[in-house]
Amino acid sequence: MQRSFIARNPSVLIFLGILAVFTLGATILSEGFGIGLISTSMIKTLGKTLCLCLIAIAMDLVWGYCGILSLGHFAFFGLGGYMIGMWLMYARTENIILTSLAQAPIPPTDDEIRSAIGNQIFGVVGGSDFPLIWAFADSLTIQLVLVVLVPGLLALVFGWLAFRSRVTGVYLSILTQAMTLALSLYLFQNDSGLRGNNGLSGLQNIPGAKGVPQSVISIWFLWASAIALALGYILAAWMMSGKFGSVIRGIRDDEARVRFLGYSVETYKLVIFTVTAIIAAIAGALYYPQAGIINPAEIAPIASIYLAVWVAIGGRGRIYGAVIGAALVSLLSTWFTGGQAPSIPLGFYTIHWVDWWQVLLGVTFVLVTLFAPQGIGGAIDRLVRKGTQL
Amino acid sequence: MKTARFSFLLGLSLLLMALLVPQPIQAQTIQDILQEHEEIIAKGSRRTIQPAIDALRDSGLPEAQRVMELWQDKALWQRKDDKQFFLTEPLEGRTLQLIDLISGQPVGTAEKSDLKQIKPNSGVRGLIGAALVQFQLMDPHPLTRRDSLIAIQRDPKPTHLPALRGAIEGETDPDLKALKERLERLLTITYGETDAERIIAIESFAGDLGVDARAALNPILTTTRVAVTEASDVNIARQLTPGQNDFTADDAYALLIAENLAYPAISNDEKRLALVANVVDGQVAGFAVETLNTYEARDQAYSALAAEGLVPADVTRAAQQKALQRHEFYDVYNEPSQAVTDAARGTLQAIETRVGLNQTADLALDGLSLASIYFLAAIGLAITFGVMGVINMAHGEFIMMGAYTGYVVQLFIPDYTLSIIAALPLAFAITFAAGVAMERTVIRWLYHRPLETLLATFGISIALQQLAKNIFGTQARPLTAPGWLDGAWVINDVVSISYIRIAIFVLALIFFALLLFILKRTRLGLEVRAVTQNPKMAASMGINTDKINMLTFGLGSGIAGIAGVAIGLFAQVTANLGSGYIVQSFMTVVVGGVGNIWGTLAGATMIGSLQKIIEFFNPSNTLAAQTYMVIFIIIFIQFRPRGIIALRGRAAGD
Repeated sequence: MQRSFIARNPSVLIFLGILAVFTLGATILSEGFGIGLISTSMIKTLGKTLCLCLIAIAMDLVWGYCGILSLGHFAFFGLGGYMIGMWLMYARTENIILTSLAQAPIPPTDDEIRSAIGNQIFGVVGGSDFPLIWAFADSLTIQLVLVVLVPGLLALVFGWLAFRSRVTGVYLSILTQAMTLALSLYLFQNDSGLRGNNGLSGLQNIPGAKGVPQSVISIWFLWASAIALALGYILAAWMMSGKFGSVIRGIRDDEARVRFLGYSVETYKLVIFTVTAIIAAIAGALYYPQAGIINPAEIAPIASIYLAVWVAIGGRGRIYGAVIGAALVSLLSTWFTGGQAPSIPLGFYTIHWVDWWQVLLGVTFVLVTLFAPQGIGGAIDRLVRKGTQL
Repeated sequence: MKTARFSFLLGLSLLLMALLVPQPIQAQTIQDILQEHEEIIAKGSRRTIQPAIDALRDSGLPEAQRVMELWQDKALWQRKDDKQFFLTEPLEGRTLQLIDLISGQPVGTAEKSDLKQIKPNSGVRGLIGAALVQFQLMDPHPLTRRDSLIAIQRDPKPTHLPALRGAIEGETDPDLKALKERLERLLTITYGETDAERIIAIESFAGDLGVDARAALNPILTTTRVAVTEASDVNIARQLTPGQNDFTADDAYALLIAENLAYPAISNDEKRLALVANVVDGQVAGFAVETLNTYEARDQAYSALAAEGLVPADVTRAAQQKALQRHEFYDVYNEPSQAVTDAARGTLQAIETRVGLNQTADLALDGLSLASIYFLAAIGLAITFGVMGVINMAHGEFIMMGAYTGYVVQLFIPDYTLSIIAALPLAFAITFAAGVAMERTVIRWLYHRPLETLLATFGISIALQQLAKNIFGTQARPLTAPGWLDGAWVINDVVSISYIRIAIFVLALIFFALLLFILKRTRLGLEVRAVTQNPKMAASMGINTDKINMLTFGLGSGIAGIAGVAIGLFAQVTANLGSGYIVQSFMTVVVGGVGNIWGTLAGATMIGSLQKIIEFFNPSNTLAAQTYMVIFIIIFIQFRPRGIIALRGRAAGD
């Protein structure tokens, strides 16, 4: 008998409930719509955390469920951010330029507007011409399509090349890391067309929302991120609970056997790789307007490894595990490195968490890998099982 | 006794002979020579002064140089009544102390009004200076001669050429003589009087790799762009057609404007300003201001303004085209003689060919040295990853530990040579211990979960990095190479390699040989290979696999430590030192082929030389080189997923 989707995935309802309560609660406590107990920057941090949870779900699908340890998903995340960032930056600069040129005695030509915008954006890397990749930067619709299309195509081509030649295991990890490295090195160049080291900035100012305070915009993005996360969670749960999910898990457990059963392992891998890349890109497109700035350092290979760390701590192969891991580690990370955590005086030495958080994280991570390979999610599972047995 | 007296007599007679031999008769004193040319010296004209300078220069008198220097410094004074030359020192009032030119003794006093100061103008001073150069070039001290040659080389002047020619003959030092002759030919290229001698000098440099030769030849081929109505008698490099080969019609027209052969067209910006200046009641020449948001509308409004005579008329495209047709455009050599430019071009081509060959050699050396760095960084990884199948993300941090070990050792042993010698084994010991500790506590629990080793060792990596930051701070620490590693082995002006890189190359070779020996010729190597191929079978043969794994991991980590000392010698020692090499090292191992040392060598060589080749084509952008490099590796792995040297059969494991 085919049970309903909800019945097969009891965690979905619980998760959606928690997410709704969380988002509503944050809104009520916010400065923009509520009583002002939570600062705007904290709302932004929460919204960003939701985006990180979304990319963690993507990572969990590709690694926890399919066994592909991709060290490249943050590259897709960053690419998504760059695509939306191009529109944000272009449209905002256009607004500024039009306002300032409106004072001119005779109206500017299209050409003059364009070169003024180009100067404003690319002056920092010593240029004023628009590179070809900015061809559609003035259109929000096209850039939104590109958010999905560019990382999706990159994942498709890369995945096709890699899976076709049966690169697996650690080799694939190193290859994806190489891809990330190549992309970040490329973006670091001044003539990459994306402002090199400077990255895209001022992304928190949303064109067309003039006069709307950041406290309100932050709530918009919190909700957008929450909705995206909810949809991502449902999509992931739906994909993994069906036959597709079974095949994917089969590939993780014994790739050769699934292949001998007649499944096209490469196609399945390619689909999961590309779909998760697109989820990562959407997460990135929501993340960077809240962060306000994106630069190539964000997509350095280490970021993707951290992503794996979150998922591993949260618990692989459980969608909620990924969410818990990402939320917990990134929030703790913000807390510890932000200087809010209290220092521990030892008499002869004082532990400042800004300096020691990385050490703690690293050691924790080793301990989790050694003693709790199922992560926090594994512990929850055991609790739940105990609860049902009683 | 008898012999003693004889030798005394002999000595006495020799002494007498020496006294009796006639000394060269002092036909002239310096004062005589000055008197001989008194008139032209006093006149001080650049056109007529040369005989006086020549006479002084060729006099062979010891004080000639000093007198010329004094003359150049305006220190010579002439007594008006007898025209004698003196040096002076001011006494009180307007009285001057006269000093003899030769003896330097005071020889009386004189009123300033009775004396005339010799003040050579700048032209004369230049001629004196050139003559003085010859004194320096013939100075008895070879170092002075060399210094003056270097000075000429740095700032050659036409006047140096005759001085140099005069100084070649008497040169005894063969090195200096060769240097003088070379410099003479170089100067002849630029300042030779006849085309024939210049051409001979130019052609003598065919195939010469010196930068100075190219520096002398290149200016001959510099061109100027000219526009003329008809070709005149000039040395034409090439004719230009507007609109072809980077020479746009706009360039051509700009050239006409620059040579005052045409009126400038009004640019869009100028038109806009002109329109702004002529806005009247929201209108420009009858056009509403709001409509002027295209260039076409602005052109129309501007033409209307021009028709009213308010602004200068624009030069239309058609008029520009006509002007271009009336003129011819040439690149003209600044050097008038065609024979000289032809010779220079031919010689430069010959030089370029040789330079190209040598650059290839230099590139090969560069590639080799980069390859040896990659090899050193990756070889430890090749053992742990390749032989044991363990991904050690903390490998880079072992490199960093090695570099910091070198730094700490230098704090205690100030002698750089000794400290490096001490640091190498110490770095090996420390990282060996760290590697063994890591293997015992973490990695041995994860041999069946390779992806998790990757993550666990990554955890160790970030912890170690942060620890290093906490201990040593974030700023770079120096690891100074011993003095004998400073400098470079210069083969010629194109090919050179620094000693540090040679040392690293040698170190890489030593480790390659050592590891090959350990793995192929020792009991340990045999057991390592056995455990690699089939751990269970090896264990049942009585091999302690635990111990072997531990030692192998320690060995790989220890080599990383030594690589760290070597890398620290030329890179900044920071906590992030290792993470810069980790991805590169993995790629080296994967590209080369996992599980064998020859593969790592092949991978390092390929990646190192390829990166240098890409950098050569795009030298300004090392980031781009790295990007292309990584993309190349990704594509390469598509075609050889198991690397250049792939293990086959059972040795391949899976």
